[in-house]
Amino acid sequence: MAASAKRRRGWRKRLGALARFTGALVIVGGLYSVFSPSLYAQEAEDNAIDSEVVKGQELYDTSCITCHGDDGEGIEGRGPSLIGVGSAAVEFQVNTGRMPMAAQGAQAPDSDYPVFTEEEAAWLGAYIEYLGGGATVPDDLAELVENADVGEGGELYRVNCSSCHGYAGGGGALSSGAHAPALIGVSDEEIYQAMLTGPQNMPVFADNELTPEQKADIIAYVQYVVNDDKDPGGVFTLGRYGPSTEGLAIFLVGMTALLLTTLWIAGKS
Amino acid sequence: MKRRNGSSDSLLTKAGGELDDRFKLAGPARVLFNKVFPDHWSFLLGEIALFSFILLLLSGTFLALFFDPSMTEVTYDGAYVPLQGIEMSRAYESTLHLSFEVRGGLFMRQMHHWSCLLFMASILVHMLRIFFTGAFRAPRETNWMIGIVLFWLGFFEGFFGYSLPDDGLSGTGLRIMEGMTASVPFIGPWASAALFGGQFPGTTVIPMLYIIHVFIFPLLMLGLIVVHVALVFIQKHTQWPGPGRTEHNVVGYRMFPNYVMKQVGFMLFIWGVLAAMGGLFQINPIWLFGPYEVSVVSSASQPDFYVMYLDGLIRLFPAWEFRVPPYFTLPAVFWPAIAGMGLSVLLPLLYPALERRFTKDRGHHNLLQRPRDNPGRTSLGVMVVVFWTIGAVSGGNDVFAEKFDISLNAMTWAGRIGIVVLPIIAYYLTYRIALGLQQHDREVLAHGLETGILMRDPNGRFYEVHQPLAEPDEHGHTELEYNGWVVPKKMNRVGALPPTDKGFFKSIEEPSENGSAARDEIESGSKH
Repeated sequence: MAASAKRRRGWRKRLGALARFTGALVIVGGLYSVFSPSLYAQEAEDNAIDSEVVKGQELYDTSCITCHGDDGEGIEGRGPSLIGVGSAAVEFQVNTGRMPMAAQGAQAPDSDYPVFTEEEAAWLGAYIEYLGGGATVPDDLAELVENADVGEGGELYRVNCSSCHGYAGGGGALSSGAHAPALIGVSDEEIYQAMLTGPQNMPVFADNELTPEQKADIIAYVQYVVNDDKDPGGVFTLGRYGPSTEGLAIFLVGMTALLLTTLWIAGKS
Repeated sequence: MKRRNGSSDSLLTKAGGELDDRFKLAGPARVLFNKVFPDHWSFLLGEIALFSFILLLLSGTFLALFFDPSMTEVTYDGAYVPLQGIEMSRAYESTLHLSFEVRGGLFMRQMHHWSCLLFMASILVHMLRIFFTGAFRAPRETNWMIGIVLFWLGFFEGFFGYSLPDDGLSGTGLRIMEGMTASVPFIGPWASAALFGGQFPGTTVIPMLYIIHVFIFPLLMLGLIVVHVALVFIQKHTQWPGPGRTEHNVVGYRMFPNYVMKQVGFMLFIWGVLAAMGGLFQINPIWLFGPYEVSVVSSASQPDFYVMYLDGLIRLFPAWEFRVPPYFTLPAVFWPAIAGMGLSVLLPLLYPALERRFTKDRGHHNLLQRPRDNPGRTSLGVMVVVFWTIGAVSGGNDVFAEKFDISLNAMTWAGRIGIVVLPIIAYYLTYRIALGLQQHDREVLAHGLETGILMRDPNGRFYEVHQPLAEPDEHGHTELEYNGWVVPKKMNRVGALPPTDKGFFKSIEEPSENGSAARDEIESGSKH
């Protein structure tokens, strides 16, 4: 009897301690979260550019350093050097969710849920820019795309892009598990960054190969054909993969419907 | 119908009489109207091909009114914005005009293309039905061969049509055909130069293919289709074995009115499906492909599905080039493309003769065989189907690899190994399944139906009660001949082979009054 009462008192004691500890944690955490953003904001006002680099470096040192090494020097067999790749490359890889990479593979898959926000990606870009410069997206990209020639872009797209991304931008397979992704739902900036920096298996289309105006033409064409075109041919586009899905459709839709009809007609007499 | 002399006041009868007086139609019409056709769903597959061919002729005529097969260079200034200001051939420009500016043009183009795919698909399915049921056996070998020739005419007719618009995809297809042609030893390069008027692509090939596509091949096909159907009339349609059906009769429905009604209904249904597909499913969006340029090859460049297995064979075949320097090179593409296509033409053409030779079966056959009753043939057929399917999937292996996140190299090697190994496995499995099904039929004939009723002997042995299908002998066996037709496998199928309860979606017959009354009596336990 006495023993069990003692045990119960012990339990109560421990529960009480846990509650107090949790309460203390909540208070400390709450205070921290109330005060800390304002502290950072004050710092940013002091020296905006340097603090972006510093914040970028902080993120880099926790999320990127394992593969890309100290100061973006790269680690043999894990990740390439990032010196000189520029903010365009960083923002493309990070904003599309390709980096940080979850595991080494044929290529980093894109993700709808990037680890970092666009602001954080900009900080990372600033840091990499600080390490060794590199390619950046022009500030007047929107204006360039506005004035672009869609027809010219189509011609450039077919010659330079369609061999991997396909006529309709549906993407395509490359060797050994790599692939050219579909261009559905990508932003102007992403396309520009990809052309400029050649991420993953993509070749680099530097400004002496495709001028910024030509890149803008391609962007305008891709947005027109892949993302704005309403497919005049019908409700079902069959993914615009061409004859492979059309062949499936004639068997799965046409033949199936008519085989059911033969059963129906032959059954009636 | 009995003819009444002179006194009939029916306008139709009178008109018929007048016509008969002049053209002597009554005799042939009576023969035709009274012609009997057996009724089975699998006998309607060829009609899908026939009726889609008619729609191909009709929609193709519409397209020919607007298409111009000229290779003259023009600058596009039509309705489709992304191509404005682009240099292209007149052929491509007129196809764009047809698609975007001619009323109903895109719908007709898409319906034409879907009809073509349905035509080829239904030929394949129809051919499988003929093959697996042994309908090609004597006396119908000629018609089988005509069918094979029709398939290959359709194959090239479709490929030529695919090439005509001179878009990026069709030019890529022509380029592959040029490579295949040039790979033939000795004559290849000359043949290719003759076809393209010198260097690829040249300006002569599309006008030439146009006249082949719209005139020569359709005419050949139409002629052969008429012979094909006429031979079915003359040789009579095959029928399944069954009660009352022999090698010397045909059990079924008369041409008029029953069969004609079904056929017209079926034709309209087929056209309805094709119209729906033409309106709802986008096919061959040439405006996305752009005008053909030799330097442009898109990923996922596939031929239409019926050519895809050849493309797959080319993709799978190793790069084995045979050389006798400096005189002679036999490129690797020759084996899958030219030798592969040659075998795909020859083996099916010769199959009836080969089967006759190996089985020494010289008889005439008007009764069909169920696939299980000829396991060797069935297994060979499944083997070919598996081979063809792996080839066709490999023809689109880049699309499969990308969409299902498989390495393209893995797809290629899986195809290479699979196309050798899987047909053999398929042959063995099909053979065993066919024998097993046949064996079970024979078992039911000998021992009766499984009733699901378990009994126990006084000595403790359990056994299932079987319902014999005829008077059993002293061992409980029945001597029933196996005649290659459906054997009842359930108690409620005894006595009538086709389902007694008719109707497709729901029953069209009321349950028998007596049956339910009898059941009530049993359930209420009343006795007489």
